Amino acid sequence: MPWDKRRTENVLREIREDLPGPLNLMEVCGTHTMAIAKSGLKAMLPPGIRLLSGPGCPVCVTPPQVIDAVLELSMEKDVLLTSYGDMLRVPGSRAGDSLLRRKALGAQIETVYSPVDAVELALRHPEKQVVFLGVGFETTAPGTAAAVLTAQEKGAKNFSVWSMLKCVEPALRTLIQSEVFLVDGFLCPGHVASIIGARGFAFLPEEYGLPAVVAGFEPEDILLAVSRLVRQLAEHRPRLENAYPRAVSEHGNRLAQQMLETCFERRFDLWRGLGGIGESGLQLKPALRDFDAELRFKVSYPETETKTPCRCGDVITGRCSPEDCPLFGKRCTPEDPVGPCMVSSEGACAATWKYKGA
Amino acid sequence: MEEIITLDYGSGGRKTARLIEKLLVPAFSNPALDSLGDGAIIEGAERLAFSTDSFVVDPIFFPGGDIGKLAVCGTVNDLAVCGAAPKYLSLALILEEGLPMRELETVVASIQKAAESAGVQIVTGDTKVVEKGRGDKLYINTAGIGFVKYPGLSPRSIRAGDAVIVSGTVGDHGTAVMLARSGMMEGELCSDCAALNGLCEAVLSTGAAVRVLRDPTRGGVATTLNEFIEGGELGIILDEEKIPVRPQVQAACDMLGLDPLYCANEGKLLAVVDASDAECVLAAMRETDAGRDAAVIGKVSAETPGRLVLQTAFGGRRILQKLTGAQLPRIC
Repeated sequence: MPWDKRRTENVLREIREDLPGPLNLMEVCGTHTMAIAKSGLKAMLPPGIRLLSGPGCPVCVTPPQVIDAVLELSMEKDVLLTSYGDMLRVPGSRAGDSLLRRKALGAQIETVYSPVDAVELALRHPEKQVVFLGVGFETTAPGTAAAVLTAQEKGAKNFSVWSMLKCVEPALRTLIQSEVFLVDGFLCPGHVASIIGARGFAFLPEEYGLPAVVAGFEPEDILLAVSRLVRQLAEHRPRLENAYPRAVSEHGNRLAQQMLETCFERRFDLWRGLGGIGESGLQLKPALRDFDAELRFKVSYPETETKTPCRCGDVITGRCSPEDCPLFGKRCTPEDPVGPCMVSSEGACAATWKYKGA
Repeated sequence: MEEIITLDYGSGGRKTARLIEKLLVPAFSNPALDSLGDGAIIEGAERLAFSTDSFVVDPIFFPGGDIGKLAVCGTVNDLAVCGAAPKYLSLALILEEGLPMRELETVVASIQKAAESAGVQIVTGDTKVVEKGRGDKLYINTAGIGFVKYPGLSPRSIRAGDAVIVSGTVGDHGTAVMLARSGMMEGELCSDCAALNGLCEAVLSTGAAVRVLRDPTRGGVATTLNEFIEGGELGIILDEEKIPVRPQVQAACDMLGLDPLYCANEGKLLAVVDASDAECVLAAMRETDAGRDAAVIGKVSAETPGRLVLQTAFGGRRILQKLTGAQLPRIC
């Protein structure tokens, strides 16, 4: 897409003029991390601005013990696991062990583009137990809800969902309340906001006095949102701004919200880097428990964080940059990843590795 | 009942012979093949280029081509970018039991057509059948021989200031196959699968100072250009705005989380040429069907040794590394 270079220059000049001092800004969404890296945006900003990648890559926040349990389930004879491509390379607690490896060992694993495709697969293979690994935030949760409702309607009894779905707000609250919190303002995820509404991030300025700008995903959108954050910080007037009004409304997508309401309830959930957070995960409501893979296959995993030398946890909480991790680029590369931040194309480590500034 | 491939067709017995005599020989008939020896006796030349490639694409039919056309063009292109005129191909088929004969016939017809239009002969071959579930419909291996006409092409001869040229839009094949596999956006995208020997001849016969030619297949343009400069004193700086990408390909890549610069091409040529010859090479390319959208996309530079750098359309810069692992569609 051709960019309006003069406008970009103007926004950059505004940022330079407004900049009150060194700032740490956190982009919460993995797609933002990717767009920033891909456009080379970091190198264009004044050196005082540090962009940190938050806990917004769904694959990266999935803890290793859950992956271990998924790997175990993948080896069940009649089970066909379905997932988005990113999940295939995520290592469990043993480096190198992933769904991709299990697939080579005979596990039945299919990449799907939409959870509803997994239901179709279940209908075509009644002899198999088709399990969809529901990963993501409020953005992907409505699609997973649609799949469960479709399965119910079509009587796909051999379909189930392993919900690893998570909500953004409780994670941000945990992050803000943590001992080391270095973030001056948030670039809020436009995709999530399109579902929950811009209002979903009003708690940031209202309860914590933190600037929050909902941002789109083109580099221009992100640059604009950065300039708004810098302006708010310069003026000491933290507030919620919606810099992505072409996709995000004040109150979000009611239909999607209703679907979430129909299908899911909140639960305690584990996050890599953040630990256990109450009311932060989504599980199927009692009326839909027949489609809950964790119940169907009696899945269990320890609720404590597994020790690993990988610093993905610190990376997604903004406590360190990918380059600060001793494994980065050495033992941990996209070819042979140790942590999920190096696996997912949205992961901060993968983005940093892949799109190193020049 | 629909005729299908059974294990018998790979037995080496009558059915194998029938497959060869009724389907394969008539399709590719030429003196070297018709004698049906264990190997073909062919006319020689002083310098030969020799290459082999195996094809395992899924699905075997995709918009813009099929596994047969791919198997011919792939090997023809490997020879052509060596500065050779491709002449002879071998054709080895690995068939999965249960493959409908009709599909095999369609693929063979496509091989025949592709070979004819590329000016190569299929002079020897082999057929094996594997049990159902032990293969994926149809695998093809082709090996090819070409007569070297323009020796000396090598990435080692690139120099600072050289121009980097691509013969057309990038990422077409990879995205078309990915979408055909997913059943999405059918008809919107087409593989660029094509033989490039005509295009290579057009470029090389200009007499321009061409350093190296390569067809950027798996791993895409970014991976191939990295191979040119790996470990050397020179780098390449690409200008994102100059790289031709079809809007549909860009849209599909954005949707699937892919990058056109890393998507496979099967009918594109990358050329590094002396900057003063860039216009002449570009004009030669644009006169051919395969090179109509040719563009200068970057230059060789001592500024970034060993690195491929993209000047982004947005105004930033980033390093393009080689592709790691397969491109997998991402989550959201």
